[in-house]
Amino acid sequence: MSPTTFGWLVLLFPLLGCIVIGLGFKQLKGRSSGWIGTGAIALSFAASLGALFSLLGRTPAHREITSTLWSYASSVGVDAKLQILVDPISVFMILVVSGVSTLIHLYSVSYMKSDRGIVRYFAYLNFFVLSMLVLVLAGNFVLLIVGWAFVGAASYLLISFWYRRSTATRAGIKAFVINVVGDVGLVLGTFFIFRDTHTVQFLATFKDIHHVYHKDSTDLVAGCVLFLVGAFAKSAQVPLHTWLPDAMEGPTPVSSLIHAATMVTAGVYLIVRLHPLFELAPTAADVGAIVGCLTLLIAGSIGVVVTDIKRVIAYSTMSQIGYMIMGASAGAYSAALFHLMTHAFFKALLFMAAGSIIGAMAGDQSLDRMRGFRKALPFTFICFLVGGLALSGMPPFSGWLSKDDIIGYLSHRGGLFFVLAIGGWIGAFITGLYTFRMIFRAFFGDPCPEAQELEHGHLAHAEVPRNPMNGEVEDTDVGFPGPEHVIAEREWPMRIAMSILALLAVVGGFIEIPGVDHVISTFLAPSFVGSKLAAEQPSTKDAWIGLIITPILGLAGITIAYRYYIARVGASTKLQERFAPLHNFLVNKWYFDELIDLVVVRPALMAGQLTESVLERVVIGEGVTGGVVGAVRAGSAAVRRAQTGFLRYYAAAIILGLSCVALYFLISST
Amino acid sequence: MAIGWYLTVSALIFCIGASGVLTRRNPLVVLLCLELMLNAANLALVAFARMWGNEAGQIFALIVMVVAACEVTVGLGLIVAIYRRNLPIDVDELHELNG
Amino acid sequence: MSAVLFFIAAILAISGAIGVVTLRNPFYSVLALVGHLVALAALFLLLRAEFVAAAQVVVYAGAVMVLYVFVVAYVGGGEEYAAGAALRILGPLFALALAVELCIAMLGTGLSGISGKGAPYVLGFGTPRQIGRLFLTDYLFPFEAASLLLLVAAIGAVVLARRRRGLDEEEAADPDFQRRLHQRRPTFTGTMAEGAGLRVAIEEIEQVRAAVTENAPSRPPTGVTE
Repeated sequence: MSPTTFGWLVLLFPLLGCIVIGLGFKQLKGRSSGWIGTGAIALSFAASLGALFSLLGRTPAHREITSTLWSYASSVGVDAKLQILVDPISVFMILVVSGVSTLIHLYSVSYMKSDRGIVRYFAYLNFFVLSMLVLVLAGNFVLLIVGWAFVGAASYLLISFWYRRSTATRAGIKAFVINVVGDVGLVLGTFFIFRDTHTVQFLATFKDIHHVYHKDSTDLVAGCVLFLVGAFAKSAQVPLHTWLPDAMEGPTPVSSLIHAATMVTAGVYLIVRLHPLFELAPTAADVGAIVGCLTLLIAGSIGVVVTDIKRVIAYSTMSQIGYMIMGASAGAYSAALFHLMTHAFFKALLFMAAGSIIGAMAGDQSLDRMRGFRKALPFTFICFLVGGLALSGMPPFSGWLSKDDIIGYLSHRGGLFFVLAIGGWIGAFITGLYTFRMIFRAFFGDPCPEAQELEHGHLAHAEVPRNPMNGEVEDTDVGFPGPEHVIAEREWPMRIAMSILALLAVVGGFIEIPGVDHVISTFLAPSFVGSKLAAEQPSTKDAWIGLIITPILGLAGITIAYRYYIARVGASTKLQERFAPLHNFLVNKWYFDELIDLVVVRPALMAGQLTESVLERVVIGEGVTGGVVGAVRAGSAAVRRAQTGFLRYYAAAIILGLSCVALYFLISST
Repeated sequence: MAIGWYLTVSALIFCIGASGVLTRRNPLVVLLCLELMLNAANLALVAFARMWGNEAGQIFALIVMVVAACEVTVGLGLIVAIYRRNLPIDVDELHELNG
Repeated sequence: MSAVLFFIAAILAISGAIGVVTLRNPFYSVLALVGHLVALAALFLLLRAEFVAAAQVVVYAGAVMVLYVFVVAYVGGGEEYAAGAALRILGPLFALALAVELCIAMLGTGLSGISGKGAPYVLGFGTPRQIGRLFLTDYLFPFEAASLLLLVAAIGAVVLARRRRGLDEEEAADPDFQRRLHQRRPTFTGTMAEGAGLRVAIEEIEQVRAAVTENAPSRPPTGVTE
């Protein structure tokens, strides 16, 4: 079977899964919807493998294949078709997406087992995977935009999954609105490019790009900057990042899938896919790289001080995606995708483990109250450790190889990018710091009451279910989390999923060791044939120098975390007091939320209120509608005065009318 | 006499009747003036019948007379009913059919 | 000669009309109208409409006006209220305007149709025989329709003017009146109850009831129609 057939199959299975689960919600009892969902995505993964092997069966020159089902709109010069493009980039992405999604579906089967909305959950999750696969398989801008929008919608649905929680719904709306800003950027960028190239298909655009634009032409830069806006919104880069921490309101598997492994990487995918445009517009690429670097530093700094465990991991995601965006904008395409893959492994693992420890804490997510779970949750601890080491870039874990791939390329490219590489190294240090702060606080020290209970074999339960963010009392009916909390130690689906990811986090990097093997870059090479930037790779020697520097910095971060959180108890609080203003600034997330509120939200609200009170009420309500009503009323009142009921007036009217008619006939007959 | 004379008389009687309808307040008198107008029409009809030598005008005039009789009957019945209910016999006072 | 007669009749008709409109007492107005009708009949005769003239006098002046006289006598309306404010002036004004227009129409245009003496006289024009023949052949439908209209009007008048309130309280409370109302009429006097066959049935019921309950109070039989 040809690669594109496999491509369509990859899309078909989640679609069927979504429809079957969605329509059969009354019939599916217990966890059957979970198994159906997991099976659908597993089949999709199998089809992705099929696509991979059939693609490998072709010569490298023939590995960019499109397939069209039908034509959406072929008028006014637009050639929008339902078309997928199967090439190394998209096959790589669908493998990662469907693979990690299968594991997360498996995890969710036990995580959501007592939730009354489990069927709805799996329908949404399958829909999300379908949208993400559409996004990465799209062969033209139109289908990309469709996948992009669907992914945003799925994210909204899943963030506000526990819809009776006000914090969750607010977070969902915030995520959706910011994503819409990105959608606007993406669509406008498409229009800019379409205006000059007159085609929306990727391959045709890339072929024509050199004839249509010259280097750094304003139109192209504008279009690419708009694409970057879209990428930033979806990948939570500064300044469109404020939705990601709030998105942690969703169930933990959702955070793990959407906000770690897949949706937030869509921005990276976008830049890599449109690399010919970005290479021809270096200004835009520089903007992307700088923003990526800024994000990784800002997010890392905030991650050091937040106390909610899921939000630490969220800021970590933001930071790592900053690396990927930086790398993709600079030209390290295969490195960025490599880091995307390994990041998917260890970040999903970290979130899954976080879900386990949150279950042990009966829904509480605060690091302030978690302590000493090492003995009570051994498996979770190991997973956290593996994920944390991979994240911090410790050898021989996958994160070490992938993160340094990016930083090595940047330092090799030199100039501005060397400065950004230094930012990357600082980021590596901060990464080690916050990751192990989290691990040391949660797993070391005297066990907290819940940990003690668990050591005696009894899983803690909150008497009154509460919203972990603001402490509001809730219940466990539909729209809220279910009554049961689960830990990995007791659920075999969770353990299987986490073990596979842990294994991948350990060995996943070994396919791209500099100087030894380059499976990924060789596989992806056909997609980057015309790219000058992709051809310049650092030498093996330079790469190994970087590979030594990065873990040293990571280790430095880990040691400092050890010093402050384990060696000297209470040292962190003293440090907090000493640097209180800085601490406040970081805890308030660099005041980005307040800034956006001031600059965007309040003016919009005021404009809306002004429009409502003036335009809507006065002009339209009283002026136009009221005016019409008043005119009709006045007219009717005037006419009504003729209905007096006085016989003689009626007779007079008749006689008068008769006279007028007679007069008319008199005049017209002369 | 030329027909025009008869038609002029008819017009005059019609207009006198019209002014009576507009001016008087006693419904009985209003009905009487209405009769005047009908008679004027009759005169015109008969005059034209004579002019064309066609009796259709006279037939028409007879039917008009029948109609006038019916209308007077019903109208007077109304007035009697009004009188029986002790309402004022004044066209200006009976104005509730309005709006 | 006919011109003289025409003018006399015309002047009588117009003065009768003016009399109807201006006389205060409605009774006098009725009389003025009668005079007007007779003058009009004379005009009809001048126009060779004999049957119409006769019908005018017999039916209109004779029957309809007599009905009018009865009603005026019943209703009265001696005191005439003053004519309402604006229409006292505007009314005649409108009518005058209409009159002027009509006159202009007739005299000013010089209609070819109304100049000259008219069609030649055919013997039997306007006679009852002619009118009758026409009524029963060419104009049968209006004839029948007019009869139906008369029937409807007659019924309507009766319905409009009948008493509808039934017995008022003092009559209902008066035992004498009640006794007379419900008194048994002698048989074969043609009462409605007899005609409907109810009297016999009622008598039989009364006998049965009397046989069953000795001291049954006599109640008004329910079969008596109003």
